[in-house]
Amino acid sequence: MNEPEMWYKAPPRPTLIPLPPVRATKPQVELTVDGQTVRVPEGATLLDACMERGIDTPTVCFHPNYTPVNVCRVCVVELEGARTLVPSCSRLAEPGMVVKTDSPRVKTSRKMVLEFLASSVDLSTAPELLARCQEYGARPERYGPPAPPATDRDSRAAGHHHEPAGNEAQRVAQPVKIDNGLYIRDYSKCVLCYKCVQACGDEAQNTFAIAVAGRGFDARISTENAVSLPDSACVYCGNCIGVCPTGALMFKSEHTLRAQGTWDETRQKQTDTICGYCGVGCTLTLHVQDNTIVKVTSPADQDITRGNLCVKGRFGHESIQNRGDEPELPA
Amino acid sequence: MDIKVRGPHPTEAERLAVDAVLGQAVSAWAGGKRDLGREGRISLLGGSEARAERHLLLPALHAVQDRFGWLPPGAIAYICQRLTIPPAEAHGVATFYHLFTHQSGAPIHVHVCDDIACRHTGGLDLLAQLKQQHTGSKVVEIHSSPCLGLCERAPAALVLRSGKIPQGCAVGHATSDTVAAALPADTFPDAGMDWLLATVPQQGQPGADLALLTRVGRGDPASLADYQATAGYAGLRASIALGGEKTIAEVTTSGIVGRGGAAFPTGRKWDAVARATDPVRYVVCNADESEPGTFKDRLLMEGDPFALVEGMTIAGVAVGARQGFLYIRGEYPLAIRRMQGAIDQAVAAHLLGDNILGSGHDFHITIRRGAGAYICGEETALFNSIEGQRGEPRNKPPFPVLHGLFNQPTVINNVETLANIPLILRQGGAVSAALGTPGSKGRKLFCVSGHVARPGVYEFVFGITLRQLISQAGGVPGNRPIQAVLLGGAAGGFVGPAQLDVPLTLEGTRAIGASLGSGVVMVFDDSADLGDTLARIAAFFRDESCGQCVPCRVGVTRQEELVGRLRHGQTIGSPADELALLEEIGQVMRDASICGLGHTASSALQSALRLFGPGILAEKHA
Repeated sequence: MNEPEMWYKAPPRPTLIPLPPVRATKPQVELTVDGQTVRVPEGATLLDACMERGIDTPTVCFHPNYTPVNVCRVCVVELEGARTLVPSCSRLAEPGMVVKTDSPRVKTSRKMVLEFLASSVDLSTAPELLARCQEYGARPERYGPPAPPATDRDSRAAGHHHEPAGNEAQRVAQPVKIDNGLYIRDYSKCVLCYKCVQACGDEAQNTFAIAVAGRGFDARISTENAVSLPDSACVYCGNCIGVCPTGALMFKSEHTLRAQGTWDETRQKQTDTICGYCGVGCTLTLHVQDNTIVKVTSPADQDITRGNLCVKGRFGHESIQNRGDEPELPA
Repeated sequence: MDIKVRGPHPTEAERLAVDAVLGQAVSAWAGGKRDLGREGRISLLGGSEARAERHLLLPALHAVQDRFGWLPPGAIAYICQRLTIPPAEAHGVATFYHLFTHQSGAPIHVHVCDDIACRHTGGLDLLAQLKQQHTGSKVVEIHSSPCLGLCERAPAALVLRSGKIPQGCAVGHATSDTVAAALPADTFPDAGMDWLLATVPQQGQPGADLALLTRVGRGDPASLADYQATAGYAGLRASIALGGEKTIAEVTTSGIVGRGGAAFPTGRKWDAVARATDPVRYVVCNADESEPGTFKDRLLMEGDPFALVEGMTIAGVAVGARQGFLYIRGEYPLAIRRMQGAIDQAVAAHLLGDNILGSGHDFHITIRRGAGAYICGEETALFNSIEGQRGEPRNKPPFPVLHGLFNQPTVINNVETLANIPLILRQGGAVSAALGTPGSKGRKLFCVSGHVARPGVYEFVFGITLRQLISQAGGVPGNRPIQAVLLGGAAGGFVGPAQLDVPLTLEGTRAIGASLGSGVVMVFDDSADLGDTLARIAAFFRDESCGQCVPCRVGVTRQEELVGRLRHGQTIGSPADELALLEEIGQVMRDASICGLGHTASSALQSALRLFGPGILAEKHA
């Protein structure tokens, strides 16, 4: 029995595979970090130089994909010749710089910044930050017992305030904002790192639904006139949740499970898959606990998403687990 | 940018108020009464065109506040549409400033100063009295205010009347009667010449050597002819004859350094901008004088406005800028009026605008009004404020000489610095350089207030000692002993009676660990409750921190709490623990904050504790 003649023959595989074009190598900058010489490409920051040397540097407001806002000041390092400490996340490396990352000044500043955050913000869902507090010996209890939550933070005017007696430490504590079925905003946990504003703005989503409002200790993340999310410009892409370092912005499913005491990351499995809603091909990381998707993220270093998703990829997973037996989420 | 504006529709009056600043809406949909509901909520200008107008956000908000006495949401929504500004960002900007009101209220706002100079001279009583008097009033709303820059006439109040013709005036030596007299429209108690004279006690005194203040209180500040008759505009003519490079060389030769407090060499700043490759440059005058105890810039603008216009023009021509911005704090309504008048007259006389004096140089000055934020005196915060962003300081580097206003090379100078410029150009830099000490050249204005017989602005060649200055100001009334003197304002520090012989120069004050800052000299006699003053300073920084960086945002809050605990004797742990903690709070603010506000937020407090010990904070029970 003769095989039918092939009507199509694939061309032979090319033997010469063209190499990718040679990238121009950036000029290198040589500087000294903690007494050791480091070479980084021009345009690199001091934080890059620290990473190059494997020096563990704490950060809060830094996000690898975003322009540094350098507001948390926890990554400060000592630069010879500079009057003050400098934020390593944004300061560009220059030839001949002499940088110290473990001097007493650096340690004190980092400890105090962490202490300030721990004394004014609820860090209970920010384990990395709590670990840093421990590492640097922050003692938030030095400022007295925590003040009770406030209900007027969204309407506080700039300028004069009620003078505190000082016997309790003021905090940003306030009621959780639950105004939609997808995610909650618990600004008691907000360290004001600006990342959600960046994600909502021109670093990712270009929706501009939130901005920093108010001034000083009363500064807060707010929609216009502090309206609820459904009344704001929010498109529920959830990219702000993806970058929030403290869990102030959280999936409602996670918030509910945490409230019930059944959130358990040790029982969760993370599965990477490709979003099927459109042709872009975003990588989804499904966080599954007890055979239920409880959270969806995307890796920050993923080429297509850079950690960002849209409302469908982020929240549109109800249909794939519609088994009719999952517990009803309270509205 | 696809922005979503969901606020209520503007009323006709709100639309008119905004249009007064932005002009009528120009677009395919413009003309006739608009029905935004039918058309869809879209921007009326093209996106990038409208966004380039973002710097008009603050003037537009002012126009609305001036018209209605508050910011109605419909008007803000309309501004957002016109300028393609996301409403959340507009809300963020509007809530940054304390002169903006967010709830419908009274048309007249009275701001009563309760800051360090005014609180012990009747400011607190006046505040309480007025608050009680106007409780529930639908016409007048009383606010407590940080320093209004009228410390020589303490206590001070500021009356802002909204309406079709908005007006503002300051009330010095305020009582409930003088404030009441300033409430009706068209009353301007601050506009007279006699108090201008009173603020310059040296004027007309034999032996007084005045150059910067020579015209204040003598010539009519609204008259260009008077200015020109007293050597006005000789500096600009000399500068045009010299050309840009030599003008900058004269400024460098004079050795003048910034008078706003940072003391950066002015010539170097100008030179860097003039050498920038980018042809679009700006000159910005920082008239956001908000340092408690400072009022020299206000006096210069109110008493000799043309000198500042001339100084800015020289700067603009020398560095090749075509546009200048004069950012005046919103608490100075008279200075704003006088400066606008001077600018208009200078333009009419071809001393400003296109082709200045036939030289081929163009330079325009636009006034921008602050809206109540001390932090906007920080240069990069001021840029952000002009640009229509929140007045949050930027991280430096990059520095303003290369990346300043609108990210362009920018010269930013204080009012007093620029007021020196015509003098330097007229006389030559060497004359100015020969004055003063090797480390501090030229002349300096001092804002003397507190317990002195003749408070006011004093002009001296650098080198005078603190003791001499106080005696020039008539000494302490009743010959009471001096308890302390605050140098440099809330961001400066206290010196004690043993340090009165310090020369008031940059190097002299530095040698004793103090700072000259903006030239504040506030005298406290032995009756003053310094603990209360320190508590007020701590509260001031808590009010005025922008809230951007953690060390300052939380640091000033914790510092104020700690001062409260020490004052009430309720320490956590031992008092020594508390002082050690205060030291650490000060250190992290100094080391890790973004800007000068955080760097100096603990300096006055620390200096007082070093001088007097923690006992100074204890509450005094009379």
